[in-house]
Amino acid sequence: MTINELQDNIIEEFSMFDDWMDKYALLIDLGNSLEPLDEKYKNQQNIIMGCQSRVWLNAELKDGIVTFQGESDAVLVKGIVSLLINVLSGHTPDEILNADLYFIDDIGLKEHLSPTRSNGLVAMVKQMKMFALAYKSIKQ
Amino acid sequence: MTNEQLQHIRADFPILTEKIYGKDLIYFDNGATTQKPRCVVEKIENGYYHLNANIHRGVHFLSQKATEAHEAARTTVAEFLKAEKREEIIFTRGTTEAINLVATSFGEAFCHAGDEVVVSVMEHHSNIVPWQMLCERKGLKLKVIPMNESGELDLDVFKSLLNEKTRIVSITHVSNVLGTINPVDEIIQIAHEKSIPVLVDGAQAVPHIPVNVVEMDADFYVFSAHKIYGPTGIGVLYGKSNLLNAIPPYQGGGEMIATVTFEKTTYNELPFKFEAGTPDYIGSTALAEAIRYVENIGIENIAAHEHELLIYATEQLLEIEGMRIIGTAENKSSVISFLVGNIHPYDIGMLLDKLGIAVRTGHHCAQPLIDSLGIPGTVRASFAFYNTKEEIDVFITALKKVVLMLS
Repeated sequence: MTINELQDNIIEEFSMFDDWMDKYALLIDLGNSLEPLDEKYKNQQNIIMGCQSRVWLNAELKDGIVTFQGESDAVLVKGIVSLLINVLSGHTPDEILNADLYFIDDIGLKEHLSPTRSNGLVAMVKQMKMFALAYKSIKQ
Repeated sequence: MTNEQLQHIRADFPILTEKIYGKDLIYFDNGATTQKPRCVVEKIENGYYHLNANIHRGVHFLSQKATEAHEAARTTVAEFLKAEKREEIIFTRGTTEAINLVATSFGEAFCHAGDEVVVSVMEHHSNIVPWQMLCERKGLKLKVIPMNESGELDLDVFKSLLNEKTRIVSITHVSNVLGTINPVDEIIQIAHEKSIPVLVDGAQAVPHIPVNVVEMDADFYVFSAHKIYGPTGIGVLYGKSNLLNAIPPYQGGGEMIATVTFEKTTYNELPFKFEAGTPDYIGSTALAEAIRYVENIGIENIAAHEHELLIYATEQLLEIEGMRIIGTAENKSSVISFLVGNIHPYDIGMLLDKLGIAVRTGHHCAQPLIDSLGIPGTVRASFAFYNTKEEIDVFITALKKVVLMLS
């Protein structure tokens, strides 16, 4: 699936709920079911410091495809980490660099990505694109 | 405080009727900043509409009027803190600037390489970083008073930290995270026995408990207007006049000078020596209005009501499974930091927000304290006199719901 198809799937899943509590319950479920990041990747190099919560992000390049793994100590943040990985992992550096992440706004969770929340998520999106940029230059 | 009095007070704070995501706002983030009564906002509006002229330098009517209002505000603050002399009150931009002023000017006059500064483990970053900067600049050492499990300072260790190299002790009156009311009188007495001056950070104290700088014998006492129902951007440094006279100005510019030539400038007397540039005369008059508002209700009445809220909320919180209250000092202000089970504070704060409840989460600008406790941060509910038991009931119900979602 393309990045946009994956985003549209998430939008559809969240659109089933009108109530914010159900949306957050889904996010909590996603957070709780995110595969824990291997302890060896929870190092200083992979940490993205937010004022409120910590996010770890690890990336690997194999056969021109970038895969991401990540985790956070806050479950709501972990839920969004899970969504971001779902959308961006398994694509080429170019696809990741060109991705327009409209789904966060669409599912009504934009506030979590607001720079003023300082929960590490804005930095995480930036870091994912940085990884893509770095892998792109390796490839060339 | 009767229910009727409380409703009257609440009516003075228009923001308390705001709806958040369609729900009634419950504002429990008073430790970060307090809401403003109508009279304070009107004072600001009135100031700009009817009083605005630069002070101390105009010959004209409005300038004179603005000058008188600004200086009357200084008197109000001096009386509020029970200071002996009005010129011992310096207006700053807030607590942070006041501490920076002392760290810089006192440091310049009295601190040398090898000297020591004593702070406590429960300080806000504003009472750590300015001293660290001084330490780096002049080669000083920072010494830290530890605390016990309840969040009370260890005064025996404090005594052992003081020696002939200690130049100043800088300590918070009330902890913004734990709510601990520190025994500042005793701390000052201990330091004074060794002739060491003490700065007290009163940011979290002045809105909640009576302060008397003379009885306390504080050498410096600082606070911010916005935490006591006044405007943002203005605060106060109280300093004993002999100390303020003995240290150099913090910033240079207009107002703080006596004469200026390119060869030599002489400085103005107190308090103007420390007020470079056009002072915030609108802010000072609004702060004075806030103080009058608080004094009208009575700081003892405020303290009593807030204590009732503290006890009521603490009892109910402790009924929640997995509840861990951070800071259980015997002498405690209306601040409750807590954690529930292994739930991250951010998650609780985000979901409470969705229910219209404003609390603070995180390290509360006291990272060394949070690190020493080995926790990721806390959720903090901090009450003001306009808060009610009914609001606490709603908060507890909401918190239970949130905890259930996150467990």
